[in-house]
Amino acid sequence: MRQHILLLIVALACTNSSFAAFNLKRFDNPEYAQRYEGLIYQMRCLVCQNQTIADSDADLAKDLRNEIYKMIKAGKTDQQIVDFMVARYGEFVLYKPRVEQKTWLLWGGPALLLFAGVATLIWNISRKNRQSDPGIEQSALDKAHQLLGEDDRA
Amino acid sequence: MLRGLIPLAVFLLLIALLWAGLQLDPRKIPSPLIDKPAPEFSLPRLDNPELSFNSKDLLGQVWLLNIWASWCVACRSEHPVLNAWSQQDDIFLVGMDYKDRREDGHNWLETLGNPYRLSVMDEKGRTGMDWGVYGVPETFVIDKKGIIRYKHIGPVSWDDLKTTLRPLINQLRQETS
Repeated sequence: MRQHILLLIVALACTNSSFAAFNLKRFDNPEYAQRYEGLIYQMRCLVCQNQTIADSDADLAKDLRNEIYKMIKAGKTDQQIVDFMVARYGEFVLYKPRVEQKTWLLWGGPALLLFAGVATLIWNISRKNRQSDPGIEQSALDKAHQLLGEDDRA
Repeated sequence: MLRGLIPLAVFLLLIALLWAGLQLDPRKIPSPLIDKPAPEFSLPRLDNPELSFNSKDLLGQVWLLNIWASWCVACRSEHPVLNAWSQQDDIFLVGMDYKDRREDGHNWLETLGNPYRLSVMDEKGRTGMDWGVYGVPETFVIDKKGIIRYKHIGPVSWDDLKTTLRPLINQLRQETS
């Protein structure tokens, strides 16, 4: 029994994504390898949309990895490779879409919401402050002071 | 009194936004290729690998590119629609067998019928990549100037055909090349 459990643990450990050997590509130049890693981790797989093409085992992701590998070896710059992908699959392929007309709301939205929130807060506080002068009549105030034993002030 | 309604208004706005979001299909990603020149390709024909077909040859006419594969389940539901459509209308439908084996593609057309004027093989899927294909079936409409005017993602249904594709093709045919 114990042996079985041990075996199960070993089997489960092997499914860890660090064993994803399909990502391995051979580069002679370590800088190329680094760029390749960087690129495949910033591209979204269009088939399984919550995975990068580095993580996805979809056929298309495999093809795209190969294509990026080939382009790097052919001396293309990162910018050229990103352009290649965006021209075909749109901004969606980038996990971090570029700032442009189509994406300004995406990028500016949080700042806009924050601004609206802060503006509302300031407006509310200043309104409360204006109201904090309760406008009690002087006679009532005098009486209150009297009751509190502050006769000298009355 | 009115102030009390503000949270309700915000809540209703949020509901409307989320409701609209539910109507969207996250699998349908807008193609950046719309209104851009169709990526040119030259591919071997499905029926005869010796012969190749170049997409340039279709300049001057409205045509459709349907990307399919024998391993694609959704293509099977689309196929009868394409068959009937190609019989009813005079359309130039080009089939691209995507990442498939030639004999499987052959068998498909033989058993299910052939709606295509012409079929090509994209064995490695490299041409599909140029067209931004990410899930078959996909159908592109290309105008007389060789510009992609529309992309349909997923199987074409009778409804799509009647409401979108047919009117669009009629309209494109009236444009001058």
